[in-house]
Amino acid sequence: MPKAKSNTTKSRLNIQKTYKIYIGGKFPRTESGRYYKLKSADGDLLGNICLSSRKDFRNAVGAARGAFKGWSGKSAFNRSQILYRLGEMLEGRSAQFKEELVIQGATPKQAQAEVASSIDRLIYYAGWADKYQQVFSSVNPVASSHFNFTILEPTGVVAILAPEKSSLLGLVSVIAVTIAGGNTCVVLAAESAPLSAVTFSEVIHSSDVPGGVVNILTGRRKELLSQFTMHMDVNAIVYSDNDTETISKIKRDSTSNVKRAIIYKGMDWSSAAAESPYFISDVQETKTTWHPIGK
Amino acid sequence: MSATLTLDIPDFRNSPRVDEVGIEERVSRFTKRSIKTEAKNTGLRLILSMIDLTTLEGKDTEGKVRQLCYKARHLHDSMEGIPKVAAVCVYPSLVRIAKKELEGSGINVAAVATAFPSGQAPKAVKLADTKFAVKEGADEVDMVISRGKFLEGDYKFVFNEIGAVKEACGEAHLKVILETGELSTLDNIRRASDIALYAGADFIKTSTGKISPAATMQVTLVMLEAIRDYYYATGKMVGMKPAGGIAKSKLALHYLVMLKETLGNAWMTSKWFRFGASSLANDVLMQLAKQEYGNYQSMDYFSLD
Repeated sequence: MPKAKSNTTKSRLNIQKTYKIYIGGKFPRTESGRYYKLKSADGDLLGNICLSSRKDFRNAVGAARGAFKGWSGKSAFNRSQILYRLGEMLEGRSAQFKEELVIQGATPKQAQAEVASSIDRLIYYAGWADKYQQVFSSVNPVASSHFNFTILEPTGVVAILAPEKSSLLGLVSVIAVTIAGGNTCVVLAAESAPLSAVTFSEVIHSSDVPGGVVNILTGRRKELLSQFTMHMDVNAIVYSDNDTETISKIKRDSTSNVKRAIIYKGMDWSSAAAESPYFISDVQETKTTWHPIGK
Repeated sequence: MSATLTLDIPDFRNSPRVDEVGIEERVSRFTKRSIKTEAKNTGLRLILSMIDLTTLEGKDTEGKVRQLCYKARHLHDSMEGIPKVAAVCVYPSLVRIAKKELEGSGINVAAVATAFPSGQAPKAVKLADTKFAVKEGADEVDMVISRGKFLEGDYKFVFNEIGAVKEACGEAHLKVILETGELSTLDNIRRASDIALYAGADFIKTSTGKISPAATMQVTLVMLEAIRDYYYATGKMVGMKPAGGIAKSKLALHYLVMLKETLGNAWMTSKWFRFGASSLANDVLMQLAKQEYGNYQSMDYFSLD
């Protein structure tokens, strides 16, 4: 019997990954069929990255809206468990994340630190997911004979322009605070370093996060910005880079349906200030109830 | 006279067989037409004017019907030039309410009758149901055929029953629901269409909306072809109403493409084509608003169904 050819010899073809977007728990290519070339610091081609269109965005918002009821209706403890699971899955794939950060220009040491902080951040917010409500809610003293209390409720569908400078840690931070509080989101990955976001969507996919809770697009910020700011079914928009023109556009356009415009201008996501339950409360609405009581 | 009539009625056992693969291929073509800007705008408005706003629940109340009628009259008042829907479709017991609410609006009242949705009742009951609906003021009657008898091969029974209901309708238009989801094959759907057409239907309709699958493009194409062949044979136009499962305007536009390419422009009005749907109207309105204002819309700003 002739010996079967080993497929581990040098002549083996490289199987390269197709970087796709993540909508409603599925990995489609952009409906527009457009791509941009992502180059490494040395000028090597890293991949063809989807140039998502406004229709991809619309579909993603539709998926996020559809997932909102189920996700916000889960118990806080269950969301906490799922966030913890995200951390576990990220830990298991930390080597791949490090490698991708390095080919996108980070030093091995920086990459190592960023991946570790990202995992820790998920665990941190997993802890807060079933505790922020107790901390931020209140029973309010009022003069009339009412039992008056205030609680937080998720704001709804959150559109996130992921931090350009911190393509993994920044991304994980803004997603974690959003979903910890029961929101669903549509994220536009960092344009210059989208690989971590695409790979993170695979982590999300394998972590019991229901489809549609997190949707991740890649593409040109300039092209999609108006869609993010003007969509009537988006309830909040998060931005954390420095561009003042973008910030004023977000603030101006958000008036269309009174979206929350949440701006973390120039936030350093690796600093101690970037980790706090207040980030969760930023994407929450407060509801105050006046309940009549007898004296 | 009756002798000539019987000669004109074909033997339904010999209804044309349907090429399933051919239907699939043809349907997939309809979904690939590019309809943008002005054509899309016109299409969306046409769709709105063809909608039969429907509520057919056991839990329907007079209040629910009033609300639906209000919606039919005021689809989205903040936008100008929005056409009104064709009809409101309710159970016979609620026809009177709907008729009163829609007075002077030009919107018809359609009633489902003949023991909808199963159709499992004696003929006398079905006829009484129909007459009641008409007496209460229904402009259109949606009847269901006896699928059991049809599947047993008793085509004569089905044919005579449709004829009798047609007679009971008087002036009211008769739509015949085939409930295609229960007829299993496209051949059966074609045969049932032929029976309904020759028995005097003013419209043929796919489904009650209570059985899955409801309307599909494949089924609708088979029925449209039956209407076309009937028109060639007799010179009489008959309308078509796909119902159930058409919730998105994009899909509704595909149906319009299919209608135009199968039956032609003459059928492209609410007189000859209807959509039986409840949530479609809001999706079309959101698309029209998108065309007008430029940004994607939210259900939060449109009325509930």
